[in-house]
Amino acid sequence: MPDPVLAQLSRACQQVGAAAPADAVAGVTPSYAASPASTKEAAALLRAAAEHGLAVLPRGRGTRIDWAVPPRRCDLVVRTDRLSQVLEHAAGDLTASAQAGVGLDQLADVLGTAGQRLAVDPPGGGQRGPGQGGSGTVGGLIATGVAGPLRFRYGGPRDLLIGLTVVRADGTIARAGGKVVKNVAGYDIGKLFAGSYGTLGLITEATFRLHPLPQATVHVTVRCANAEAAQAAVDATARSPVAPAAVELHWPSAGAPLAVSALLEGEEYAVAARAEVLRELLAAAGGGSAETSAHAPDWWGLSPAAADGTLLRIGFWPGRLAALLGAVRGAARPAGLDPVLAGSAAAGVLHAALPAAADPAAAVVFIEALRAALSEPAVTGAADRPRPPASASALVLHAPPAVRDAVDMWGPVPSLAIMRAVKDQFDPEHRMAPGRFAGGI
Amino acid sequence: MTTSSQPARAPASLAVLAERMVPICGAANVITDPVELRTYECDGLTAHRCSPGLVVLPASADQVAQIVRECAAARIPFVARGSGTGLSGGALPSADGVLIVLSKMRRIIDIDPVSRRATVEPGVTNLSVSKAAEPHGLFYAPDPSSQVICSVGGNVAENSGGAHCLKHGFTVHHVTGLEIVTPQGELTWLGDGTGCAPGYDLVGAFTGSEGTLGIVTKIVVKLTPIPEAVTTLLAAFATMGAGGAAVSAIIGGGILPGAIEMMDALAIEAAEAAVQCEYPAGAGAVLIVELDGPQVEVARETAAVRAICQAEGAYEIRAAADAAERAVIWAGRKSAFAAVGRISPAYIVQDGVVPRTALPRVLDRIGELSAQAGIRVANVFHAGDGNLHPLVLFDDAVPGQGEAAEVLSGQILDLCIEHGGSITGEHGVGVDKSRYMPKMFGADDLDTMQLLRCAFDADGLCNPGKVFPTPRLCGEVPGVRHGPHPLVASGAVDQF
Ligand SMILES: Cc1cc2nc3c(=O)[nH]c(=O)nc-3n(C[C@H](O)[C@H](O)[C@H](O)COP(=O)(O)OP(=O)(O)OC[C@H]3O[C@@H](n4cnc5c(N)ncnc54)[C@H](O)[C@@H]3O)c2cc1C
Ligand SMILES: Cc1cc2nc3c(=O)[nH]c(=O)nc-3n(C[C@H](O)[C@H](O)[C@H](O)COP(=O)(O)OP(=O)(O)OC[C@H]3O[C@@H](n4cnc5c(N)ncnc54)[C@H](O)[C@@H]3O)c2cc1C
Repeated sequence: MPDPVLAQLSRACQQVGAAAPADAVAGVTPSYAASPASTKEAAALLRAAAEHGLAVLPRGRGTRIDWAVPPRRCDLVVRTDRLSQVLEHAAGDLTASAQAGVGLDQLADVLGTAGQRLAVDPPGGGQRGPGQGGSGTVGGLIATGVAGPLRFRYGGPRDLLIGLTVVRADGTIARAGGKVVKNVAGYDIGKLFAGSYGTLGLITEATFRLHPLPQATVHVTVRCANAEAAQAAVDATARSPVAPAAVELHWPSAGAPLAVSALLEGEEYAVAARAEVLRELLAAAGGGSAETSAHAPDWWGLSPAAADGTLLRIGFWPGRLAALLGAVRGAARPAGLDPVLAGSAAAGVLHAALPAAADPAAAVVFIEALRAALSEPAVTGAADRPRPPASASALVLHAPPAVRDAVDMWGPVPSLAIMRAVKDQFDPEHRMAPGRFAGGI
Repeated sequence: MTTSSQPARAPASLAVLAERMVPICGAANVITDPVELRTYECDGLTAHRCSPGLVVLPASADQVAQIVRECAAARIPFVARGSGTGLSGGALPSADGVLIVLSKMRRIIDIDPVSRRATVEPGVTNLSVSKAAEPHGLFYAPDPSSQVICSVGGNVAENSGGAHCLKHGFTVHHVTGLEIVTPQGELTWLGDGTGCAPGYDLVGAFTGSEGTLGIVTKIVVKLTPIPEAVTTLLAAFATMGAGGAAVSAIIGGGILPGAIEMMDALAIEAAEAAVQCEYPAGAGAVLIVELDGPQVEVARETAAVRAICQAEGAYEIRAAADAAERAVIWAGRKSAFAAVGRISPAYIVQDGVVPRTALPRVLDRIGELSAQAGIRVANVFHAGDGNLHPLVLFDDAVPGQGEAAEVLSGQILDLCIEHGGSITGEHGVGVDKSRYMPKMFGADDLDTMQLLRCAFDADGLCNPGKVFPTPRLCGEVPGVRHGPHPLVASGAVDQF
């Protein structure tokens, strides 16, 4: 007997079929998969899905599809593989518009011909290929809201996004923002969708502000004996007038030294001169000798976790770096764990990674102990200074099933009640990626 | 001039409310005297006026929360006001509502130099944040021209920019946490000060919402290291076309200055009359280019910008050697708005955006429209990001000129929309431009924005009548089935 739901979905969208096993997400297997080729087709598809009460999950290249909580249910996977056009590159205006399924590598190639870029880091530190999951899509970048080292200078995807087209759960097409860099007309719906993990609707097109590609880049790296020295090195760099584009920290193991590395971007001669200043600054603050290199350290910009391991994103006030590093190690030690720590120390973001082989029970103990420590005044700094009630967080981005099922991946989230109200407005039937988000949203 | 003088809908309930406000913030901070109320009848956009029903001046977040709870219980609308410098009527009060003035909440709560964060109350002025951060070698980057008086709370509500936002970004790029009082009167935090709090980016969504989603009571902002070097160049060109070509060449050359500002002959004439800025004689356009950053980069970029300006026909280039000379160059630009008052009895400050590459065409067209209408337009603008501030000059003593100026000013916005731009780059929509919103956005786009409004303020009590031409009824989502899914109701599947 023909499937009436499939028949109706097919009328709405040219490419619809039964989902393949590869469409399964964290053990949840959808019934259907569709690939709309335009915003209009996507809207018709979501209207048809709404009529049947189908739960919908957007999917880009799938490089981070198992991030966040597994969806509670998923009937229809909407792939963005046919939304693959770079719509406009206005080089003179330093803006570009692309459909959601455009790969970040593809976009970088187009922009590069004009000496421009979307100032996000190439996933995997620019190494394309296995191990780092490859380059994701424009839609996936916005929906996960992740950012690499360049966030220090350029902010995350939300800061570069100037316009967005989305399809709401009921099939309504909505545009927000525009294609000019400066624009305060109406609410900035793009901000809401940045980091929304598909829970508010399907992103179909986006417009970004671009930056010129730097003529030259230099890395200056120092090894520090302890967390205090690392904090001094990070602080000296972040507040120095050499204007780094990124300041990263890497601490592979409790017993190893900490590396602090800064990226300088600019004109060839000027960058060399700035690097010299920074080298002395880093050596003095970090208590070791600092090295200058045209190449990034081999850990730069890489996700510190294996794809099947546990990856946490820790947010904190940058001035509390040393206390935070102590808290992470302090939470890991009793659990018998030795996570890799890496991230944008000067921007207040660190990743903590455990290998897939780590004992799940120990990982859970670690995550809970860490969260408890993150609310201690000694770690937040609230002992000396006024702080918001929460001023640090530990979000589990991905984890093996035994870990993710045993913890609240999102942890405590400020103003969750308002977030629920936002979800109720955008997706009253809770059909868009249900359960992926904070508080079961 | 639109003066709304309709009588208060429910004077009795306002009087009752006024009494309830007294124990919250003290009799001295509850204003009911009609003469005193008049001082709050407008913001920087004086064409719209309305005396508020009641004014309160709370001293703490807790007081704000209590005030809002009283308003919510009485279902009386309320409007927040910072310093009242807004240029779109965002803080325009309503005759039957409460105006909550935040100017008494002006404590800089904390400067944390190592975290590079400041925590401030909403009434703190923009410039005083930078002043407090200066001893630590830091500053607060967004710098609206009104920074001496405008409040950080108002900046958050408007997502204010400034001359230097080309490189350093707008308010939204620098705010990492907000304590707000929700329209229901609840005190809560959006974000946690880190800039990467888990969950939806409510800080980003709230910023620029023009006081319609709640009242900000504390703000955490990022502080930025003071650049090592700053150079300011003034270049004079015979024509706007030549100046515009220089702007394109600078950006095309991969240089991102802190600011690129442009003024046309009429704006220069006005500035000259007001502050004797002594810009080069006979200029059809002047360009102010400010470069900031590490000394070596700035030196190189300054040389490059000089060469570009010369190649595009600049006949005089001046460089400021120090802060005093820089101030002289900026004096003309910063005085421009007020200065046109010297050459015209009345004027409208317009704010629109076009893609930068469309600037030459749009400026030509503004010239044509101006000639057709017989109304002069002085152009002062943030050339780097295509943000126009045409000053439409008219004589309000001449019958019909005010209306003609309004029409011309509206045509300029139409032009911005036609070129894929925006009806506002920094002054906001407020009451002034809500009628243009349907020209820039479709009905579904506006409906989607209002979903956010419904999530925060379902009763529509928080600064109603602003931004959107028509409010949305919250709760009913058209075309969507309510109640449980049939499969759930039948027990066939589980819904969580
Ligand atoms: C530490 C770190 C830093 C990184 N930094 C960067 C960086 O700076 N730059 C960079 O390019 N990459 C970076 N990445 C990688 C980046 O996360 C992925 O490239 C990208 O986010 C995933 O794209 P995808 O198409 O594979 O998405 P998928 O894996 O297919 O989907 C990811 C999520 O997004 C949702 N989603 C996907 N498409 C849509 C859509 N159209 N509408 C709504 N929701 C959608 C999915 O439902 C899912 O929840 C970084 C990764 C890590 C770990
Ligand atoms: C001479 C002059 C130059 C200007 N230059 C610039 C410029 O360069 N760039 C620019 O962007 N703007 C500029 N402006 C516009 C104006 O200064 C800004 O919009 C400023 O941010 C308004 O701040 P305010 O404290 O005066 O706010 P108000 O005018 O009091 O209020 C503005 C809006 O914010 C809301 N609001 C105020 N406080 C709060 C709060 N605590 N919580 C929630 N909502 C609140 C109000 O309800 C209203 O909608 C200029 C204005 C003038 C007069």
